[in-house]
Amino acid sequence: MLKISKYVLYDIIKNRVMIGYTAFLFIVSISMFQMEENSSKAMLSLLNIVLIVVPLISMIFSTIHWYNSYEFIELMLTQPISRKKVILSEYTGISSSLVTAFLIGVGIPVCIYNFNDTGVSLLLIGSLLTLIFTSLAFLASVKSKDKARGIGAALLLWFYFALIYDGLVLLILFAFSDYPLEKITLVLSSLNPVDLGRIFIMLNMDISALMGYTGAMYKDFLGSSSGMIYTLGILIIWMLVPLTIAIRSFNKKDL
Amino acid sequence: MIAIQNINKRFKKLQALDNINAEFNKGQVISLIGPNGSGKTTLIKSILGLVRPDNGLITFNSVPVTEDVAYRSNIGYMPQIGRYPDNMKIGQLFSMIKNLRNTAKVLDEELYFKFKLDTLLDKSMRALSGGTRQKVSAALAFLFDPEVLILDEPTAGLDPLSSEILKEKILVEKEKNKLILITSHVLTDLEEITTDVMYLQDGKEIFFKSMAELQEQTGEEKLSKIIAHMMKNGLHKKEVSYLKIAT
Amino acid sequence: MKRILIILLLLSFYASQARTIIVGKNHIVTSLRKAVALAASKDTILLEKGLYKEGNIIINKPLYLIGEGEPILDGDNRYEILTVSTNGAIIKGIKFQNAGYSSTLDFAAIGVIDAQNIIIENNSFSNTFFAIHFANSSEALIAGNTIVGTFKSEQTSGNGIHLWKCNNIVVENNNIQGHRDGIYFEFVTNSIIQQNNSHNNIRYGLHFMFSNNDAYLENTFNNNGAGVAVMYSHHVLMQKNVFENNWGGSAYGLLLKEISDGTIVQNQFVQNTAGIVMESTNRIDVQLNSYRGNGYALRIQASCNENTVHHNNFQGNTFDVATNGTLMLNEFYNNYWDKYEGYDMNKDIIGDVPYHPVSMYSMVIEQNPNAVILLRSFMVSLLDKAEKAIPSLTPENMTDNKPLMKPLAL
Repeated sequence: MLKISKYVLYDIIKNRVMIGYTAFLFIVSISMFQMEENSSKAMLSLLNIVLIVVPLISMIFSTIHWYNSYEFIELMLTQPISRKKVILSEYTGISSSLVTAFLIGVGIPVCIYNFNDTGVSLLLIGSLLTLIFTSLAFLASVKSKDKARGIGAALLLWFYFALIYDGLVLLILFAFSDYPLEKITLVLSSLNPVDLGRIFIMLNMDISALMGYTGAMYKDFLGSSSGMIYTLGILIIWMLVPLTIAIRSFNKKDL
Repeated sequence: MIAIQNINKRFKKLQALDNINAEFNKGQVISLIGPNGSGKTTLIKSILGLVRPDNGLITFNSVPVTEDVAYRSNIGYMPQIGRYPDNMKIGQLFSMIKNLRNTAKVLDEELYFKFKLDTLLDKSMRALSGGTRQKVSAALAFLFDPEVLILDEPTAGLDPLSSEILKEKILVEKEKNKLILITSHVLTDLEEITTDVMYLQDGKEIFFKSMAELQEQTGEEKLSKIIAHMMKNGLHKKEVSYLKIAT
Repeated sequence: MKRILIILLLLSFYASQARTIIVGKNHIVTSLRKAVALAASKDTILLEKGLYKEGNIIINKPLYLIGEGEPILDGDNRYEILTVSTNGAIIKGIKFQNAGYSSTLDFAAIGVIDAQNIIIENNSFSNTFFAIHFANSSEALIAGNTIVGTFKSEQTSGNGIHLWKCNNIVVENNNIQGHRDGIYFEFVTNSIIQQNNSHNNIRYGLHFMFSNNDAYLENTFNNNGAGVAVMYSHHVLMQKNVFENNWGGSAYGLLLKEISDGTIVQNQFVQNTAGIVMESTNRIDVQLNSYRGNGYALRIQASCNENTVHHNNFQGNTFDVATNGTLMLNEFYNNYWDKYEGYDMNKDIIGDVPYHPVSMYSMVIEQNPNAVILLRSFMVSLLDKAEKAIPSLTPENMTDNKPLMKPLAL
């Protein structure tokens, strides 16, 4: 499997988008730390990058790459190589290069300027979100017939997780504001990896506000070590489930 | 060697394969013939596991092909349109495939050298003409000296000289008692090598007979004549009744 | 301070005429109780190193009780250790421990009642229900004491320094922890609290009620359960204090409730759930303070009027200002807000566009506390941006029309 991943990686490195992505993240991160006098404000801006840009790029890049390497995938499948192996190699190749790009582009500046709990949790969540959204992109690609539909589906998924979902949660919170909603809110945020990641980082960032008048319950649960394990566990499930469905569906697919 | 039992495949409205049954054995050179869209390529892809039939069973040496992918190391496949990673060079492609197969077998690089691919190692796959692509596909199909060769329109796009080289190569392999599956529109190409003919139409198996049988039945020598005869005179009674049952 | 110096001078003058009684194992007098009985007014009792368990000792004449090598007075968990009911007593250099606990009486290590001219200096206290308890007294100095309470519940522990109905008191340089309230002021006037460090107390670092014309300066309050509360008082000066790490469901750096005509100047509010909470507060001048990394820098309830907030730095707070109403009768100007995105065309270091310190989402959370879970999401930042363009939820007149472009050096 690693052999195939090696060729996937080789292909990705050659097409320069990944280098551009790394450079983009690096320049944006460095300039944020340079422009803001206090690094916590820069971290806030980076939080948006991690929650919005990283999933978006991961999805679009993975989808496009999937369709662009269709020939390669077909070629592999005429060889004595199982489909699972092919798709997993593709996943390993793409996700590892995206994570590497992220860790270089954001990781190095964070380690230089803001190496602490917040920084580490930001890098952890960014990497996990990359893995999750690559996995979602694979699902969208395998399920869609052609490139245009695949990219469309990926964009819709991103839009849903990045924006629409939160709007729905806010609607629910206001529609049922007379009821105790703490536990439901917790469940709702587990259903969106972006939210879960955001809360994870936020608990390392705005603890005072979250712990404040209202968020004590979230802090008590998600901020505890079992809560952290819960969060990371759910995020890993978010990575595994779409990938598993994608593998299954790819196994049945006609090429 | 390859047994196909009750294979059906439907793409939305199109019945690509309709209850196909066949058995292919060593030493046979089977010509898959039929009009465009008759299901030839779908059948080949089903054998390769690229298309998943709706039902039925395909076995390779009595092992279902869905069970283990290892059987594909015994198959050399030359696709109708060879599609390869655009940004790879010919040399890289060959070294990658060799690396992936990692076999101890002696490689059969005859076509590789005869097609002079060794002089084109630095050519990017993107820049290749259709003909060169076909040469690459052919060289890859024969490279690991497989027991089974599946060739989908092998001569399409090849210049006459290369086409001749390929045909000679197929003949050599035939002598080695291999199973060879060929589809082609150019019936003359198949003339000298075919041992059996399978005719498909609208996904149905119209007939699957040995050359000898067909020659006897039609009184014609040449494959093109035989097919023409079969088309013109309608099918043999036996086949007609078979067709009725099938539909 | 002047007053205290005079007291000290007077005391030292008297002391020269008085006797000194040494209490210790190797001396004639081995018990403090006996020494107190023997001593005449203005005598000095020198308590040598050792453990003294003598129950409750009442000091009813002006004595100077000085510890040498930290002698220990132990209350055996049953007694108030020293009860002072005289003018002009001094207690120095003694370690008090295990004062009794009572649910009805305020037992203290040192209880001072109806006294004047008292100095309590450089003592240490551990596991005392109340450490220092003053009632109905005046002219006193409480300085350099180290007070460590045993962490219990709010009901079963007393205050570190407790003053009730006093005036002209200086509380200085004490280090207080582990009590219910670090320093407690009720009906105390004309007094100064300075350079104390009150931390890790169960409830408030400083609890301040019905006490007018006081000042507290250069104190540090951190990690207290609910921060500092100043209530029902007027003319209070709060200067150069540090309020930090007061976190929790109902914690704040500083709670102001029904306070008027006070000044809050040059304080640091760092990493509190809320920096300052104002309820029914009038005519307070808030200036030259620095707010960093608080959940809310300022929470101003709609019941507050005519307060002015100017020349403060707001940096790295989740929300700069929050309020629960739409009407704002307080004035903001010349503050530095790190979230300000305006420009300064004429280069006068004052932004040309007003700043709206109340973020829309803080109003949303005010109405629906659970919505805090969506903080910092893409959607919320879009909502906030939209609100800035077309204000609808946030109070319209709640603006800083002259925001500073650069932080002040505070």
